[in-house]
Amino acid sequence: MSDFMLIAISTLDATIRVSTPLILCAMAGLFSERSGIVDIGLEGKMLAGAFAAAAMAAVTGSAWMGLGAAIGVSICMALLHGFACITHKGNQVVSGLAINILASGLTVTLGIAWFHQGGQTPLLSGDARFFSIDLPGALAVADVPVLGAIYTQLISGHNALVYIAFMTVPVTWWLVYQTRFGLRLRAVGENPQAVDTAGISVFWLRYRAVICAGILCGIAGAYLSIAQNASFIREMSAGKGYIALAALIFGKWRPKTALLACLLFGFLEALTVRLEGVPLPLIGEVPAQLMQATPYILTVVLLAGFIGKAIAPKAIGIPYSKER
Amino acid sequence: MSNKTLPTWIDVGVIPLINVCLAFLVSGFVILLIGESPLEAVQYMITGAFGYAEGIGYTLYYSTNFIFTGLAVAVAFHAGLFNIGGEGQAYIGGLGVGLMCMSLDSFMPWWALIPFAIAAGAAFGAAWAFIPAYLQAYRGSHVVITTIMFNFIASALMVYLLVNVLIEPGTMSPQSRVIADAAILPSMKDVFAVFGVNIANSPLNIALFLALICCVLVWLLLWHTRLGYAIRMIGFNEQAAVYSGINTRRTIVITMCISGALAAMVGINEVMGAQGRVLLDYVAGAGFTGIAVSLMGRNHPVGIIIASLLFGALYQGGAELSFEVPSITRDLVVVIQGLVILFCGALSLMIKPTIEKLFMKFFAAKESANV
Repeated sequence: MSDFMLIAISTLDATIRVSTPLILCAMAGLFSERSGIVDIGLEGKMLAGAFAAAAMAAVTGSAWMGLGAAIGVSICMALLHGFACITHKGNQVVSGLAINILASGLTVTLGIAWFHQGGQTPLLSGDARFFSIDLPGALAVADVPVLGAIYTQLISGHNALVYIAFMTVPVTWWLVYQTRFGLRLRAVGENPQAVDTAGISVFWLRYRAVICAGILCGIAGAYLSIAQNASFIREMSAGKGYIALAALIFGKWRPKTALLACLLFGFLEALTVRLEGVPLPLIGEVPAQLMQATPYILTVVLLAGFIGKAIAPKAIGIPYSKER
Repeated sequence: MSNKTLPTWIDVGVIPLINVCLAFLVSGFVILLIGESPLEAVQYMITGAFGYAEGIGYTLYYSTNFIFTGLAVAVAFHAGLFNIGGEGQAYIGGLGVGLMCMSLDSFMPWWALIPFAIAAGAAFGAAWAFIPAYLQAYRGSHVVITTIMFNFIASALMVYLLVNVLIEPGTMSPQSRVIADAAILPSMKDVFAVFGVNIANSPLNIALFLALICCVLVWLLLWHTRLGYAIRMIGFNEQAAVYSGINTRRTIVITMCISGALAAMVGINEVMGAQGRVLLDYVAGAGFTGIAVSLMGRNHPVGIIIASLLFGALYQGGAELSFEVPSITRDLVVVIQGLVILFCGALSLMIKPTIEKLFMKFFAAKESANV
């Protein structure tokens, strides 16, 4: 196999691994934002989920228990967001920010108190982590040129959460575009008054949307701490929640395009690692910082309306009051 | 509307106070949860922040940063804009301050340099706020999202500059060269020494005076100028502002630039004062604390000074607390900060109906007694 193939496959492989939490968080944000609730708290929910997963997995030794704890904690934070924004009509950006800051402080404070390792959780091994799965026939086709390598190395050999993440995209699409719940969800993000007039509870719909966001952020957090890594490390979400938010906007609040945006941003990150210190033909060495900033720059350019137009759900950010 | 039922002192005094107390109460539960005594923690924090001269110096030094970032958030908030980008604007502003100081520090002492440093910092901070502001006003992209993005872009840019351009040749740590001693702002210790008063050594410097001047200027701007009126009108009702002939787009851009320039003044306190050089990540979250400060201080300079003092005390007291109680770190202060933002910001309307009911009951009882 040529060197180019090897490099291409390993870079794409890295892209999939890096994109996974982005995809989960972007889909989480999609549920919340299509219902009209701004969610800049993706980062915080993912971080809290990561800590919960690692702590639970360290105590029980079971990765699935860890995943459950991550989802539970993340849903709690999502409900707090809902309590502030839906029930008490608070500012959604302020609430999301509070959740991010709270998660950043609480995970480390509790981590130090419970595990005495400077905010880290104990290293996990064995059943406490999600390990890579070989898809059926992966070994058998490994020798087939090109396609075999792609199947064995690129598609097979990831952990369960990666496959779950990629599954959430069609599931999200189906839920949002093909079900009654999805129709109402989109309607409540565009015109809550109309939904209310039809006798459907705006509050309950929006609560369900933030719970969906909580579940997905929890899975993303578990992926970070018990699948991709073997413990919780302080601030391990490292802005991924914000990149996912950027990808969601870049994907114009639609599942398929958001997935592509996540893969693009993931690819940029994988490429950054790959290109570290390597001069490119014609342009020379690209600074790693420029590559890191590219997702944000692209999103700003998109928001500025220079490459297409990102139109947000109409009622986004506006608390709904029934009276008047 | 039910706005009129509550007197002002309850609306701007009692309700924020109750919200802060709720935030502290929950923080107390967090301390209990990690197996320490909240009362003991409070004691350590208060002694750490106000108990001795050096502690007070540190408290006021932290407060200085928070006044700047708090004012930055508040000015934008009055125009209905939520500037989350204080962190990035302060970071880039500090770059402006640092560049100006480094290019002129061999020619002039601090008192001649400070107008240039302030101008450079303000220009850099305003420029960093200008792009999101322009995009909000003229291209319809939301300032919250763009300022978040600009925080990350600022962080990447500064890492690049500090590692590749500004780094002192022959050193490994990503920081600029140290500014000449004569160009660094005098510390409060030196200022008091001139008057023959000896105070403890701390990073507190005369940037505190600049912070207080900024408070007065912001107060004058918002409530005593035509521009301030336009800003508040946009925040209150943008449509009405348009119909009354205010150029809302231009005002939005100007407001955000003022906000960015205020955040950049953190650079005066840190780069030209306490640190004497441009450091990696020197803002250290002050931009985000500014949001908590502004929310708690109800976007008014007086409230912001009080809230800044409280947060300065939390930072310094938190450092002291983590020193005394090993199982608690300064991350606890981050938790408290998050809770303050939650209760004073997102849940600020939560207790209002209850207070309203209580007040009406009390008030009605008094009324009938008078009859």
